Amino acid sequence: MIALLMRDLRLSVRAGGGFGLGLAFFLIVTVLVPFGVGPEAAILGRIAPGILWVGALLACLLSLDRIFQLDFEDGSLDLLATAPVPMEGAVVMKALAHWLVTGLPLTLAAPLFGALLSMPAGGAWWMFLTLLIGTPALSMIGAFGAALTVGLKRGGLLLSLLVLPLYVPTLIFGAEAAARGIAGFDASTPLLMVAGITAGSIALLPFAAAAALRINLR
Amino acid sequence: MPDLGKYAGAVLSSWAATILLVALVIAVSWWQSARVKRKLEAAEVRRKER
Amino acid sequence: MENVRTKQAKDGWNWLWAWANPVKFMALSGKVLPWAIGGTVVTLAVGLIWGFFFTPEAAKFGSSVKIIYVHVPSAMMAINIWVMMLVASLIWLIRRHHVSALAAKAAALIGVVMTVIALITGAIWGEPMWGTYWAWDPRLTSFLVLFLFYLGYMALWAAIEDPDTAADLTSVLAIVGSVFALLSRYAVNFWNQGLHQGASLSLDAEENVHDVYWQPLVICLVGFSLLFVALLLVRTRTEVRKRRIHALEMRERMADA
Repeated sequence: MIALLMRDLRLSVRAGGGFGLGLAFFLIVTVLVPFGVGPEAAILGRIAPGILWVGALLACLLSLDRIFQLDFEDGSLDLLATAPVPMEGAVVMKALAHWLVTGLPLTLAAPLFGALLSMPAGGAWWMFLTLLIGTPALSMIGAFGAALTVGLKRGGLLLSLLVLPLYVPTLIFGAEAAARGIAGFDASTPLLMVAGITAGSIALLPFAAAAALRINLR
Repeated sequence: MPDLGKYAGAVLSSWAATILLVALVIAVSWWQSARVKRKLEAAEVRRKER
Repeated sequence: MENVRTKQAKDGWNWLWAWANPVKFMALSGKVLPWAIGGTVVTLAVGLIWGFFFTPEAAKFGSSVKIIYVHVPSAMMAINIWVMMLVASLIWLIRRHHVSALAAKAAALIGVVMTVIALITGAIWGEPMWGTYWAWDPRLTSFLVLFLFYLGYMALWAAIEDPDTAADLTSVLAIVGSVFALLSRYAVNFWNQGLHQGASLSLDAEENVHDVYWQPLVICLVGFSLLFVALLLVRTRTEVRKRRIHALEMRERMADA
């Protein structure tokens, strides 16, 4: 399974692998918002946690269809299905690879980008924390969505339509946790909810995703 | 028509929207049913002619 | 063979599984449909006319209370239809009854329309109450999210060519989607409890126990449910026919090849 992880990581870092694309998109969204909303620091600072969360979420979305698509097209997914590695384990590894390449860089970059949005002090820590706990959920939920649509050519838009509603709870609790933490209020409830969603997703969604992959491979 | 007072607009428009949408889904379902029924009859006729 | 037959004879749910066979389903539904349509027309007419013409103005809401006769039934149906789709999806995954999968597919459009009606009537009602057409009230917001789940479900059905694969994948989506829909409801409640308590639009049964409003409301609820049953039968019959056409066309293509 580790071999699978390393292989996916190597593939995504190679040219055309999409590494850095998510980060660039995240930056672009962060830059576009002030153009749309106005440069007033007070306003930007207030909405910064939400903007960063939405931006991170959309950036994660970008690379989701690659999780299984390439392997599906060249037959590696069929081989994976018959390999001694359980499909569920393979799904987790692929989601992990996606997180390492997309979610984690976003989490590290968010505090920096927050500066562009006049995020108040303390924001850096809270964005980092909430994204760190929440982005794995995004990768795992995204992997489930990718498994559903793997058989479709140009399934990217459908994938977004399926996955974005599933992202709503994570987004709400993540952004709430960040906003409350920054304002100095108690953020434990939303933070625990995000952690719960991540834990639950990693524990249960691999089974749903593996089932979807097996259905698509028939 | 009962005296709806200042809420007349709200009540009438919400009821109208409901009736419209219900009529729409009934019409669409009925039209789809009729179209598919015709296609099936045609397919069954073709099957019998073989 | 003998054992299977006696087991089926003893199975108390036989009357339900009789609907699972497509041919039997078409026969049974054909007989039930006229009654469903008749029942719908009668109950909806009685309920709506009673509610619109023969109810008094309410204390807080004035005549806008009459909106409950379209808002509450549609909202209830929006949720109940999703639950029905979930159950039908589970039956498909476990017992592989095609009619069940097709019923789930058929129900989706009805559910979407009910959700939209709930949203529109909710927004229209909100305007005089809150002074704005859209307020991120937890209940309305939850219905907006539910609307998106319905859309995704329908889009997935439409995108996949093979009917059995589509049935399987949409069933998995319905299950996972239901978990997240519940989670979203809790999340949205949490999200909007924030600084001010938005007034919820629905009239609680406790709050509104007054028979004057409750009786026509119950009739409307029954009417909308029967409307759903009638539409579901029509739409599922269409799906069963579509499946037969697909099978015939496959056979034609094989024979011509």
